[in-house]
Amino acid sequence: MSAPATIEDVERRLRERRYIGDRSLATSIFLALKLQKPLFIEGEAGVGKTEAAKVMADVLGARLIRLQCYEGIDLAHAVYEWNYPRQLLHIRLMGEGPNSQIDRNTAEREIFSSEFLLRRPLLDAIDNDDATPPVLLIDEIDRSDEEFEAFLLELLSDFQVSIPEIGTIKAKKVPFVVITSNRTREVHDALKRRCLYHWIDYPDLDKEVEIVRARAPEAADGLAREVAALVQGLRGMDLYKVPGVAETLDWARSLAALGATRIDAGLVSATMGAALKYQEDLERVREQVPALVERAQRA
Amino acid sequence: MPEAPHAPDLLPRLGAFARLLHDAGLEAGPRRLTDATRALAFIDLKREDDFRSSLRSVFVSRKEDIPIFEAAFDIFWAPPDPRASAGLIPGRNRALPMSPERAKVWANALGLNRSQMQREQEPKEFPASSSGYSAEELLRHKDFEQMTWAETEQVRRLLEEAPWRVAERRTRRLRPSRAGRIDLRRSARHAIRSSGELMTLFRRKPRVRRRPLVLICDVSGSMERYSRLLMIFAHAIARREDLEAFVFSTRLTRITRLLRHRDLDRALESVSKGVHDFSGGTRIGDALGDFNRRWARRVLGHGAVVIIVSDGWDRGDPSHLTAELIHLRRSAHRLIWLNPLLGTQGYEPLTRGMAAALPHCDDFLAAHNVAALEDLGRLLASLDSRKDSLPRFAGKVTRGEAAGRMGT
Repeated sequence: MSAPATIEDVERRLRERRYIGDRSLATSIFLALKLQKPLFIEGEAGVGKTEAAKVMADVLGARLIRLQCYEGIDLAHAVYEWNYPRQLLHIRLMGEGPNSQIDRNTAEREIFSSEFLLRRPLLDAIDNDDATPPVLLIDEIDRSDEEFEAFLLELLSDFQVSIPEIGTIKAKKVPFVVITSNRTREVHDALKRRCLYHWIDYPDLDKEVEIVRARAPEAADGLAREVAALVQGLRGMDLYKVPGVAETLDWARSLAALGATRIDAGLVSATMGAALKYQEDLERVREQVPALVERAQRA
Repeated sequence: MPEAPHAPDLLPRLGAFARLLHDAGLEAGPRRLTDATRALAFIDLKREDDFRSSLRSVFVSRKEDIPIFEAAFDIFWAPPDPRASAGLIPGRNRALPMSPERAKVWANALGLNRSQMQREQEPKEFPASSSGYSAEELLRHKDFEQMTWAETEQVRRLLEEAPWRVAERRTRRLRPSRAGRIDLRRSARHAIRSSGELMTLFRRKPRVRRRPLVLICDVSGSMERYSRLLMIFAHAIARREDLEAFVFSTRLTRITRLLRHRDLDRALESVSKGVHDFSGGTRIGDALGDFNRRWARRVLGHGAVVIIVSDGWDRGDPSHLTAELIHLRRSAHRLIWLNPLLGTQGYEPLTRGMAAALPHCDDFLAAHNVAALEDLGRLLASLDSRKDSLPRFAGKVTRGEAAGRMGT
């Protein structure tokens, strides 16, 4: 599929794939594609950061390569690793044959070939032969540590990786990179400077209703609106963990699965766990369920 | 690649806008200016929202900068609205997000009149106070100059030369070592040279890192005598440890960035400017609640040690304070409460706030002089590499004793 030619084009294609976003997000995506810069997306948990990257892969007709970050992630997990057990086995087998004299150089050439290379997401994204460059999603970078960030900085400026035994591999086609962060810590400025930045906020009521209708079509229209309004109400409360859009969708789906077409205090109390993940929050909300429901029904 | 924007006079304007952003504290160097220029070649300049979004995605790189960018954009690019200067549509006037002196220069350069420069009213709606001490927030700038030079130097030297460092924790990153788990990758790699024979076993173990510290300081009226000393303490720690610092009286302010100045005086000056409620009233429960909701997830990773400095003078609902402390303690490696009053002879933690807080802290220590802060240093240096199942009390008052006293 061809790359989007205008911002409207990005908007339309996102919408066709049932991703309801702001025009400003479409603008950032469009520019990231045009300027060939990584897109750094921040936002609270559950506002659709990862989903944006997934949908973009589909929009571009590209392969999605995802790297989930965690504390301690290193090059062996992110870029490449040699398949040592296989290499050892191969050396043993070479030694067993009739010409059991192993030539050291030949052996090294053989076992350090791509056949024995375990390709991890970042190498995969750089060393690609795809017709359309892949979408590389570096998810939750705030979970990784400074060492890994420093490495990424290097990778994102040259789009090349060097493997001592093979040489430097440079991307033939630069992948479209999307980096997401939940802001559990501040990511270094140097890395952000390489990227275009976009902050995804919670949607307003109308937009959230639209999202529920698009993503949880099993929920009746009235239900979709009431659940969205309910969550909007919860976001205004003093909670440890404010529910995101993902929670709205879970909740709408749960209620639809119970056959509900409208909400009431009993149903809400019974299914609140879909949106609230802290005991203290559940307690706090429980007393106010009737008032919240009433307000949501009027919205 | 099409590089030049369509409008010929746009480039110098864009350069001026970048300088404005720079003066407002955003990063707007030549590289970003180039990106902005390139970006504008791809969009329809007649659409203001696209123009705005494009510049935002180039010049902003953290959420906190968004309001600054928006204000600067409105002032720089929006045509002056006569209705706004006449006060007919409220909210249109925005302050230039920078120091008043700089703002004046810019206002002149941009040809803005005085009414467009009015400082936007900061939100001042605080819930009616439950504390007699906090009936009105005392918004005033605290003067740090009262501390004598000799005093400052002495305290700083003592703190900077203190022999302790914060204890370490194990990270999940491994490094080569003589002892520890077997590093199969390296062992196998080596074995290849010896025709597949595992001759040497290499090992690796977790790397260790010092724990991050989070300091939450009470700078309300009742703590006034100590706040200067504590800010010097915070600055001294920030120079050598991984420190996140917050102060509160009626509201919580993060001062981590303000403490970054190498120079103590300049750091204190910027803290004094950045914090507007020095010596106001106290609402500890609210401040901790604010911390738990807005900051805990961001700064309490990696086994952080949380230090609260307060005298516990708080007439808010004690159960509120208790609930927030319980939550905070669950997310911290260790929760330490420093109370300057603990150094006073005959002090007993009888204030309602303190009584409510005590059972939920791991440690309760004094903080009235440098010696007490050194005690804290020793405690920090001796923390375990893993979370304790049972808290220990290194302070004068243990939990049992305190509970006993509370009964009186």
